[in-house]
Order: sequence, then structure tokens, then C-alpha cells
Amino acid sequence: MIRVELSKLLRSRRTWTTILLINALPTLVGVLLALTDLGPRPGEGPAFLSAVLTDGTLFPLAALAIVLPLFLPIAVSMIAGEAVAGEAAAGTLRYVLVRPVGRLRLLVAKLVSAMVFVVLTVLVVAATAYVVGITLLGDQSVTAVGSTSVSGTSLTTPELVARTFLALAYAMLCMLGVAAIALFLSTLASSSLGAALGTMSIFVGSSLLLTLDASEAISDYLPTRYWLAFVDLFRDPILWRDIQSGVILQIAYVVVFFAAAWAYFATKDITD
Amino acid sequence: MIRTRGLTKYFGKFEAVSDLSLDVREGDVYGFLGANGSGKTTTVRMLLGLVLPTSGEIEVLNRPMPRAAREVLPDVGSMVEGPAAYAHLSGRANLSLFDAMGRRSRRSGRAGRVEDALDRVGLGGVDARPVKNYSLGMRQRLGLATALLRRPRLLVLDEPTNGLDPQGIRDIRALLLELNADGTTIFVSSHLLAEIEQLCTRVGVLDRGRMVVQEQLADLRAPTGRILIGAPHPDQVSALLGDRVEQRTGTRLAVRALDASALNAELVGAGIAVDELSVERRSLEEIVLAATSAGTDTFARRAHQSDLVEVRR
Repeated sequence: MIRVELSKLLRSRRTWTTILLINALPTLVGVLLALTDLGPRPGEGPAFLSAVLTDGTLFPLAALAIVLPLFLPIAVSMIAGEAVAGEAAAGTLRYVLVRPVGRLRLLVAKLVSAMVFVVLTVLVVAATAYVVGITLLGDQSVTAVGSTSVSGTSLTTPELVARTFLALAYAMLCMLGVAAIALFLSTLASSSLGAALGTMSIFVGSSLLLTLDASEAISDYLPTRYWLAFVDLFRDPILWRDIQSGVILQIAYVVVFFAAAWAYFATKDITD
Repeated sequence: MIRTRGLTKYFGKFEAVSDLSLDVREGDVYGFLGANGSGKTTTVRMLLGLVLPTSGEIEVLNRPMPRAAREVLPDVGSMVEGPAAYAHLSGRANLSLFDAMGRRSRRSGRAGRVEDALDRVGLGGVDARPVKNYSLGMRQRLGLATALLRRPRLLVLDEPTNGLDPQGIRDIRALLLELNADGTTIFVSSHLLAEIEQLCTRVGVLDRGRMVVQEQLADLRAPTGRILIGAPHPDQVSALLGDRVEQRTGTRLAVRALDASALNAELVGAGIAVDELSVERRSLEEIVLAATSAGTDTFARRAHQSDLVEVRR
């Protein structure tokens, strides 16, 4: 079933349009930076952006920092929110289930397909940003001069690559959390739009509560609390505390919401 | 092939299916009749494990459902409440996707199975246009092709001729009869009585969630014991047969008699011209209407309507 879901994902024009649109923002930022040469001062604006004017090879990181907190969660909400509700609305859900495809198997396949979408998007964004970075932005290597880490110390290139992959893995886990929530809402809602918007409003709400001092008591449990903790991977030495909390929190969200999705969907009457 | 005992389904407080005992035997073409909203589709969905019964037992291919769904469903082809497909893909792409789903799917021979299913429903020459550009009839045929992909032993079809033109209806009927002759048991639900009458060997009639008739069609349609005669001079017939004529409308008469040929000989012997003579049978429509109440999509005002009219006057 996973193979079927992937083939559906890759053959859908919408998948590629979404990736293209997500890709457009960091590319636009890159072009604007190259044209104006006006970078944000270090420590302001999206992470890493200040460094890319000197070293274009860092632009993939900057691009991901732009995409991760907003665009990617929206896209994942859409894809995973459509997973069950979309099939139900199109009427194909009943034909999938009578093939027969087990209900748990279907949910797993949908979640995997949403994650493949994330990987694909991240790869395309990173690759495009790399090309934009080396062609348009600074070609002076900061790694040679040595001031890449957020803390100001130098990082070797292998270190930088390893930390980038760690950061990607962390971001994917966060997106898996988004996908699990969207998938659960998708089994509840009768329209995929409802499920997607419901998921997004959870994240908007969570981000809003995080800015509020009064919500401090619950802030450690909000889903977006540690989303940007991947920046800590580029400190020297790596600041693990928030990343650890983030990993535990996201795993908890994935387990709880996937279990809820399965518990509800396993005995749901498919009447549409 | 299909057997249910005391099958009951509540949606909230609404009882959609009530104490239903279905019995579909191997080789049957079973017509499942009922007005809109009488519980046909809910029953079909329960048979396929899509809707879980509130109480009662279901056996499909002699295995309990939905518990044995994994083993049972690969041998069952189905169409539930209209066809559905991934609209942005072609019919062929849809069929290979559906063929790839499920436990027993094999990659080998997939293209052959797809083409075979398309040929069977008369879509063999279809181009690569996406399903969203298909006509209603083409979608219906594609849905049927999906049901036939694995050469099922049992076909469960909900309104299979919906949206087809007369030609299409005839094609599908011929296809279903051919499949049945090859040993496929067919369960068709429909509210089109004429359709069922021409197709089925056995019928079950559902009324508000309850089974009111379940019998061989031939038994239901046994002769009523009357013979219908058309004669240019009906007075002569009445004079000859006396009170054996039970009904007379214009030149047509209904005569109580068991043997049509004996009656014919008697009339011809008396020199009476006869231009029509047939054994009276109840039509399926009469049987169904006699057994069921008004459909549940009519919500007529009953008790107070006359009072209201009175008040207005």
C-alpha cells in the first residue's frame, strides 16, 4: 500500500506545484539579497541569513530556516489532512478498503507518504538554494575564515554537514508531529479542508500562546514550543537541552495522535 | 455465499436495518430491492465490512465478516453507491493502482488483468484522458471494471446501471449474465424493478430496513390462475363463458381458467375470434408495491392535512 500511496503522491501535479511554491520564497529572498546586498545583522531575522552574503554555500541552511516554521507545516497539514477525508470525499476510500487494504495499513501508508513529501520538499529546497547561493551570493568561504557557528566559533565542513543532517532529521520529526495531528483530524472531518485548517489553527494557536507570559505553565507542552530548537545544533558546543525536550515532545504527539487516529478509524462506519 | 442472521444497524437512534436475514446461494443472480432509504446500501456496506453492524451475524463466502475480511474480500468484487476513481488519472492508471492495493496483489500480469477488465466492460479502446473527463456511463463501466479486476467469485453491485443509456444497460446485463454463466454469484441491489426482473433468479425486498419478501423470482411470478383475452366481440365471450369472466374492460377480458390452450380451443370451437391470449402473472412491480410502504424519501403530511384544509376554508 505504501508503494501505491507514493506513486499517487509523485504522480499528482499538486505535489509538484506545492513544492515549487514552497521553493519560490527562499529563492526570492536569495535574489533580493544578491541584488540589494542588504543582509540582516547577525542575530536578527531568519537564522543564518546574515552569513549567506559572505558565504553562498550556507544559503541552503538559511532557506530551510525560512521554509520550516511556516510553509512546510502548512503543506504537511494539507497533504496529511487530505489523506483520509479527501479519499472519503472522492468516494475512493470505500474502494480502497474493500480491495482489501487494512485500515491501520492505510493510515501508516498515508503518514509515510506525507513524510516522503517532506523529504522531497527539503531536498528540492536545499538543492535550489545551493545553486542560488553559489551563483548569486558571496563565494567567500566563511568556514575557512571560521565564524559559522551561531556562538561565533569556527566549524569544520564535515562538522557543518553532520549538523545540517541532524537539523534536517529534527525538522522532519517536527513535521511528523504535524502530520500525525492532521491525519487524526482527517479521520474525523468529512472535508480535507476542515482537517487541514484545523491542524493549522492548532499551530497558529500554539505559536500565539507561546508569546503569552500567562500561558507559561503549559508552554512546554505546546506543539510548536521547540520547533526552532534546531538552531541550537549550530552552537558550539551543541546545546542539547531544548533539542532533547523537543524530540520527546514530538514523539509524544506522534504516538498520541496516531493512536487516536487508529482508534477512531478502525471502527468508523464508512458511509460516504 | 451470503448469509445474515438478525442483522441490525442503528445510526444513533435511527434503525437503518432491522433483524435482516439474507440468504444468497451459490450461482444466484440475487436482486435486492427496496425504495430509496430502505437500507439497501447500508446492508451492502455491512456485507463488505465498511459499516459495522450493531448486532447480528454476517457470513460471506462461508466466512464471518468483518472478522475474515482479509481472506474474503479478495474474492469479492464490488460497487457501492456509484463508481469512484482518482479523477486526475486515466482509467488504466486507476485500474493498475487498485490492482496494486491489498494483500494478494501481484505485479506480474497486472497489465493483462487491467486490459482484460477494460475489454469486459467495453472500455478496451479508451484513450489516456483522465477520469474527470469521462461521461457518467464511462465512469460506471470503469467502476465495474475495478470490481472485475480479480475475477471474483461473488459480485456485490449497488445500482450497477445507474446513469447508463439503454444500450449500456443492455451491455451490462449481458455481461452480468455471462459472468453468472461462468459461475460468478451476483448480488445486485436496485430500485429499478424492470432491471431486476430481466436479470435475477431470486429477489429479496427490503422495506424500511426489514426484509418483507425473499423468494425465487419464478415462484413469485407464478400464474395467478387467470387468463387474459383480447377479443373483437367481447359480448360473445361473456355469453359463452358466463361468470368465469371475472373482469371486462373494453375488448379485454380476464377469465378464470388454468389451461390456456383448453380455453383457446373452447373459444375457437365456438367460432369466436381471439386476437390475444396470455397467462396472467403478477409483475414484480405489483409484488413489491403490495409488500412495501411508501419510500422513505416521501414525507407526506398524513393526519392533519385534511384539518388544515378545513381551517383554511
